[in-house]
Amino acid sequence: MTTIGITPTNPVEPFLRTDRMPHIWCPGCGIGTSVNSFARALTEANMDLKNVAIVSGIGCTGRVAGYMKLDSFHTTHGRAIPFATGLKLANPKLNVVVYSGDGDLFAIGGNHLIHAARRNVDIKVVCVNNLIYAMTGGQTAPTTPGDVVTSTNPYGTYDPSFNLPYLVEAAGAVYVARWTAFHVRQLARAMEEMFTKKGFSFIEVLSPCPTLYQRRNKMGDGLDTMKFYKEKSRIKNGAPTNEVALSKSGEIIVGKFVDRERADYRDLMHDQLEEVLGDQYVEAEACECSI
Amino acid sequence: MQHLTEIRIAGFGGQGVILSAIVIGKAGCIFEGGYSTMTQSFGPEARGGACSAQVILSDQPVLYPYVTRPDILVVMSQEAYTIFAPQVRENGILVIEQDLVRVDKLPAGVRVYSCPATRLAEDLGKKMVLNIVMVGFFGAVSGVLKPDSLRDAVAASVPEAYRDLNRKAFDKGYEYGIKTLNGEIPAEEPQIEVAALET
Amino acid sequence: MHADPAGVLTGSHFLDGDHACCEGALAAGARFSSGYPITPSTEVVERFASRVPTVGGTFIQMEDELAASITLQGAVWGGAKAFTVTSGPGFSLMMEHIGLAIMTETPCVFVDVQRGGPSTGLPTLPAQGDMMQVRWGSHGDYEIIALCPNSPQECFDLTVTAFNYSEQYRVPVFVMMDEVVGHMTEKVVIPPAEQIEVTPRRYTTIPPGEFLAFEPKDDLVPDMPRTGEGYNVHVTGLTHDNRGYPDMTPAQQDKLVKRLCNKIRQNVDKITLYEADQIEGADVAVVSYGITSRVAQRAIDLARDKGIKVGKFRLITAWPFPEKQIAEIAAKVKAFVVPELNLGQMVREVERAAAGKAVVRHVPHAGGSVHKPEDILQAIMEVAR
Repeated sequence: MTTIGITPTNPVEPFLRTDRMPHIWCPGCGIGTSVNSFARALTEANMDLKNVAIVSGIGCTGRVAGYMKLDSFHTTHGRAIPFATGLKLANPKLNVVVYSGDGDLFAIGGNHLIHAARRNVDIKVVCVNNLIYAMTGGQTAPTTPGDVVTSTNPYGTYDPSFNLPYLVEAAGAVYVARWTAFHVRQLARAMEEMFTKKGFSFIEVLSPCPTLYQRRNKMGDGLDTMKFYKEKSRIKNGAPTNEVALSKSGEIIVGKFVDRERADYRDLMHDQLEEVLGDQYVEAEACECSI
Repeated sequence: MQHLTEIRIAGFGGQGVILSAIVIGKAGCIFEGGYSTMTQSFGPEARGGACSAQVILSDQPVLYPYVTRPDILVVMSQEAYTIFAPQVRENGILVIEQDLVRVDKLPAGVRVYSCPATRLAEDLGKKMVLNIVMVGFFGAVSGVLKPDSLRDAVAASVPEAYRDLNRKAFDKGYEYGIKTLNGEIPAEEPQIEVAALET
Repeated sequence: MHADPAGVLTGSHFLDGDHACCEGALAAGARFSSGYPITPSTEVVERFASRVPTVGGTFIQMEDELAASITLQGAVWGGAKAFTVTSGPGFSLMMEHIGLAIMTETPCVFVDVQRGGPSTGLPTLPAQGDMMQVRWGSHGDYEIIALCPNSPQECFDLTVTAFNYSEQYRVPVFVMMDEVVGHMTEKVVIPPAEQIEVTPRRYTTIPPGEFLAFEPKDDLVPDMPRTGEGYNVHVTGLTHDNRGYPDMTPAQQDKLVKRLCNKIRQNVDKITLYEADQIEGADVAVVSYGITSRVAQRAIDLARDKGIKVGKFRLITAWPFPEKQIAEIAAKVKAFVVPELNLGQMVREVERAAAGKAVVRHVPHAGGSVHKPEDILQAIMEVAR
C-alpha cells in the first residue's frame, strides 16, 4: 500500500482486522492511539509483517492482539511474556511484541516481566499504562498514584505505586522509554527504534481512561487528558529512571531513558553451550515444523 | 516359580550408595538378561545422613518394587547398620565395611562378610571408589551375579575418565572377597562370622 | 512418520522413570521444555537440559510453574513440540494454562509425577491423588487424555504416545506418573528410530487467506497454521469462532465447547488403552493403574493361588475413562476391587460405569508408600465370598 496522496482508506487499516471493528475501546481511550503509532512504526521500520507476532494478556490493552492483522496471541492474565518467550525461542526469526496493560504486566505478570528482563529475552514490550484496572471497572493497580479514587480505594489510594521505567531498567532491559498518548510521533519513533534493538525492550505509554480514571477523579474527558499531558510532560531523554516516578497531578517525565547493549538470552545460551560442548553442540534451529 | 533376590545397600550420603545399586541392577538386567528393579530412599537426608538403595534381582518381571526383608544387606555406616540390620532375612547375608560398622545383634543364621573397603580404596589413591570396592566384594561373597556382568556394569556406569580406576576398585574388592571365601584373610581381620542364633 | 534418529537413544538402558520419560519426549520429537524444579519430577528436565543441546533444542528454567506451563505453549505455536514436568503443588499452579491449551487446541504434554498432598504434603513420597485434578482441575467443561505408566519402560513408551495423541487431537495430554514409577530404575529398551511412530503436527496445506484456523476436520480437530507464514492467525482463550475471533455468544459457546469435548469423546475407542487379563470367568476384577497395578498383581497372584477367580483390568488411559469396558465387565463379575493411592478418586468412575451391576470395593491408601499386597488380597477375598 502507499501512504502518498489521498488514499481511500485509513493508513492504519491494512494493519487491522477490519472484520473485527468496531473495537471495544471507549471514546477518549489512548489504546487505539498507541495502535496508530504502532502501525506507523511497522511501516517506517519496513517490518516484514509475516514475521511480526503480537502477544497480549488480559485487559483492555490485552485486546490489541485481537485487532492486529498479524499472527496474534491473546493469552491468559499476566502471562503474555512467558508465552512470548516460548514463541521467540522456538522461532527466532519472529519479531515478538508483547502489547498489554499495566495491571496485566506489572501486577499478576510482574514476576514474569522482571525475569524476562533479567534474561534479556529478545521481545519488545509495549505497556499501555492507564494507571488503573479498566476492563474490570476501575480498581487500583500497582501503577495507580497516591490519592486517586478507584472502585477499590473509594477514599483515595494509599498503596505506593511502581515507577515502571526504574523497575524495568533495574531488571535488565536494554531499551526503556516513556511517552504519552499525546506524543504520537515520538511514540511511533520509539517503537520503530525498539525494533532495531536486540533484547528486552520496553515502552510505557501513558494513556487516559476517561471512563474510570479521569471521570472518577474529576480530571475531565479524553481531550482534557491530552491537554493535561501536554502541560505536564517534560521531555528528558536519558533521565535517571529513579527520578521519573508519576504522581496524580505532577510533572510527567517522558523520553528515552535507557538504550544499552547486552547479549540477549539466545546468544548467551548459544555461546555457553558452544563453548562447553564444542562439536557436540547442535544449535536449536528455527523450527521447520517437519515434526 | 519366581526366584527373587532382594538386596539393600545403605550408608551415608556421598559414599556412592546409589551408584553401587545402579551397578548391581544394571548387571542383573542389562548384562545378564534378567530383571532388576532399583529404588532408593529420597529425602533431605540423601545429602549426608542415612542413604539407602534397594535392588531386586529376578528371573521374571518384578512386581512389588520395595524391599522389606533383604536377602543381602550391604552397609557402609553404623547408622545404616542399626536401622537396617534387623530386617535381614534369616540365613541372609550381611556385607559390611569393617572399619565403619561394628556388628552386634543379628537375625538368626545371617552370614557376615567384612571388607576394609575404605583402606583398599585408599590403596588405589581414591577413597571415593570405596563403593565400587564394596560392589566387587559383594559380587565375590554373594555369588548372585557373574563377576564379568558386574565388571561390565561398573564400566558402563561411570564416566570414561574414571573407568580404569573403578575397574581396579572392583577387582580389588572382588579379589578380597575370594580370599575371604578361601580363608586367606589374616587372623587380625577376622571374617565369616556366623551370628549367634537369637531367641 | 518415524522418529528423528537424532533424539533417539536406541539401546538397552538402566533408567529410572523420570529419565525414561525424558527419552520418550526426545524420541517423540520434543525439542523444547520449560520447567520449574519440583521433587520428584525434576530429573526429567535435568536430563532434558543435559541432552537437548546435543540434539538441537531448548530448555529454559522459568520463574514458576505458571510461566513454565505457558512458555511451552508459545514454543508450540512457534513450531516446536514441547512439554513441561511437575508435581502436585506445581500442577495446581498449571491449571489455568491447561485450560488455555484446551481452548486454543495447543498440542502439548504435561508430566505430573504425583506425590502426597494436599499442599506441600509428601515431597519425596508417592501418591495418586491428582487423578481427579487432571480431569477437572481447570475451570469449565473439557476433555483431556491422561496416561498412567507403571514402569520406566512405560514412562518411555507412553510419553511417546502422549505426544502422538496431543498432535492427533490437539489437546494437552498428561503422563500421570507417581513418585515410585518416577524414581524406580529398571531396564528400558529404546527401539531404533525407524520403529518409533511419531505423529507429525497436522499443519494445513491451505494457503493463507483461505484458511480458517479453527475449522474442524471430520475428526472434529482443526488443522494448524504455521506462525510466521502470513496466516495472521488469531489464537485466544476467549470463546471463538472458526476464524479464531472472539464470539462470546451462548450459541458459539455451545458449539465450541461441545466440539472440544466431542473430539475426544467421539474418538474414545481409538484413544483408550488398557490391559486386561483373565477377565472371562472371573468373580472379581481388580482395577488399578500406575505403581498400584504392580502391587495389585502380587495380590492377584496370591488370590489365584487360593483358588479365587480374579481378573485384572489395568487403566493405561485413566482419561478418557474406559467406561464401556468397565460396564461390560460389571455384567460378568460379582465385584470390583479398586486399590489406589488416594482416598477415593478413580473408584468413583468405576462405580459410575458399573452402575450397580457389581459391587465396587475401594482399597484406599493416603499415599507415602504403596499398598501392602495383603491389604488388596484381603479385599479380594472378602468380595469373592
